[in-house]
Amino acid sequence: MKTLFAQSVPGRTGCLPPKPEHAAADMLPAGLLRKSAPRLPELSELDVVRHFTNLSRQNYGVDGNFYPLGSCTMKYNAKFAEYVASLPGFCNLHPLMAQLRGTSQMTQGALECIWEMERLLCEISGMDAYTLQPMAGAHGEFTGATLIAAYHRDKGNNKTKIICPDSAHGTNPASATLAGFEVVNIASRDGIIDPEALEAALSEDVAALMMTCPNTLGLFETHLPRIVEKLRRVDALLYYDGANMNAILGKMRVGDVGFDVVHWNLHKTLGTPHGGGGPGAGPVGVCSRLEPFLPVGRVARQADGNFYLDYDHPKSIGYIAPFYGNFGIMLRAYAYVLRLGGEGLTRVAEHAVLNANYLKKLVEHFLVVPFGRICAHEFVSSAPEGLRALDIAKGLLDRGYHAPTIYFPLIVKECLMAEPTETESKQTLDAYAAALEEIVKQGLSDPRSLHDAPHTTPVRRLDETAAARNMVLTEDM
Amino acid sequence: MSIPNDLQYNKTHEWVRLEGGEAVIGISHFAQESLGDITFVDLPEVGASLEQGKEFGAVESVKAAGDLYAPVSGEVIAVNEALADAPETVNQSPFGDGWMVRVKLAQAPSGLLNAAEYAKVCAEEAH
Repeated sequence: MKTLFAQSVPGRTGCLPPKPEHAAADMLPAGLLRKSAPRLPELSELDVVRHFTNLSRQNYGVDGNFYPLGSCTMKYNAKFAEYVASLPGFCNLHPLMAQLRGTSQMTQGALECIWEMERLLCEISGMDAYTLQPMAGAHGEFTGATLIAAYHRDKGNNKTKIICPDSAHGTNPASATLAGFEVVNIASRDGIIDPEALEAALSEDVAALMMTCPNTLGLFETHLPRIVEKLRRVDALLYYDGANMNAILGKMRVGDVGFDVVHWNLHKTLGTPHGGGGPGAGPVGVCSRLEPFLPVGRVARQADGNFYLDYDHPKSIGYIAPFYGNFGIMLRAYAYVLRLGGEGLTRVAEHAVLNANYLKKLVEHFLVVPFGRICAHEFVSSAPEGLRALDIAKGLLDRGYHAPTIYFPLIVKECLMAEPTETESKQTLDAYAAALEEIVKQGLSDPRSLHDAPHTTPVRRLDETAAARNMVLTEDM
Repeated sequence: MSIPNDLQYNKTHEWVRLEGGEAVIGISHFAQESLGDITFVDLPEVGASLEQGKEFGAVESVKAAGDLYAPVSGEVIAVNEALADAPETVNQSPFGDGWMVRVKLAQAPSGLLNAAEYAKVCAEEAH
């Protein structure tokens, strides 16, 4: 498809912008004036409507079909949550109003939602306080790692390292590094953290361990109590990466079992849209020891019941996002939590785990499924000998399915990692497994037939190597 | 699979060729094959110091990104600049033109694997 820029026809127009009252030269210093007009595309309204409608038809989303992308929890985004977030009282609110004198009464409802949401997350996860500001999961990790650094600095601890198990979520090492820590990797055993490897890596300069539980293999970290005890001995904190929170909703409160810092991905667990880079939301919860360091401004409630923004936290790590994070995304999650309630959220976890185990059972006889344990909300498998995960994934596209996550986690060969989520029916899982089996059979009898897949998608197989080696990231404007 | 006898190896798939007081370092055939098409090689600058067992760079492929661990300690005296424009050389010739850095040894390395020992490591990981 041509870009809008490539479709441009000189002189064509879709709207008549108002004529400026003054010439730009009268209002701006000469140095700020353009020498030539910007090269904006010249198109009619219909050109633009067709362009975006056709683009949307080439897109693949969970509203279209099954999307078993492991570790991403691509669940259905309930439409009632969209309705709540689109109420004019919320979406017409200017983000600065909450900070201005005299307008705070006009933002009480929005501030109350933030305040309430923090308390709901505390209740679900067993933490003492939250910030809703981080704008994505990895931003939440970075905020969490920064809080850990602030905590140790305040105590006078000299901590330089964060431990990341090889079964943890992939962004953890990057977040810890960005927050100034040296990352120490430890190898898992039988798919979970090996307490002996942890013992060997522990020292007084370890600030924290970042854990994903259940981990990226879909396995619960059964040595958790021993791990907590070992970390406490060296005053190291335990971080919970909430990527896989969908598996434990209503079943385990991470604060109750020893986690000190946790982030959520609202766009995974609490049913808000995945944004292809934004808008997301990655709220961070902490135990009371770390509360003084949370970002400002924090929503607080006065004795008279009015809400206000509180900036009086001298130990705070400061601002980590403009305004209060992605408020609209938070509203969707707030609506989701209130609609489902405690019982509904618990059933989310139960159905997510049931669906993953059901699908695992369906594929066990034609894919290689390691570990032999009951899985949590997702599971990993390997392509059978002679087949590549990439080819199976491309074959799925031809049958109308999004592919599972492939080649992650790195510790499983030719890995296919599937997470069906609670929102899929038995019929969908049966049909998907049947398609997968057909592809594997086809690939084993005629390996070359998959090499050219996909055939039916808007673009054929992409040359990922060329794309990575020769990046073209700009449009000549 | 190719594992030259005249090289020594890390468990983490780097090879090293000792030449007097110097050493040439790269990654093995097994490593490049597991990574798939390599798209980027991040190497230290001349003058940087390497410490045995510590990271000294990274390799990215379409499938994964992996750290490079130094098989020896010493100072970097040359870097394979050609890899910046042609990272695929590591896939094509991991033990030859795909070399990564040349180091002036700080001390004699210890604990490296010979070709037979390294072949065992690969066999274990391959299954």
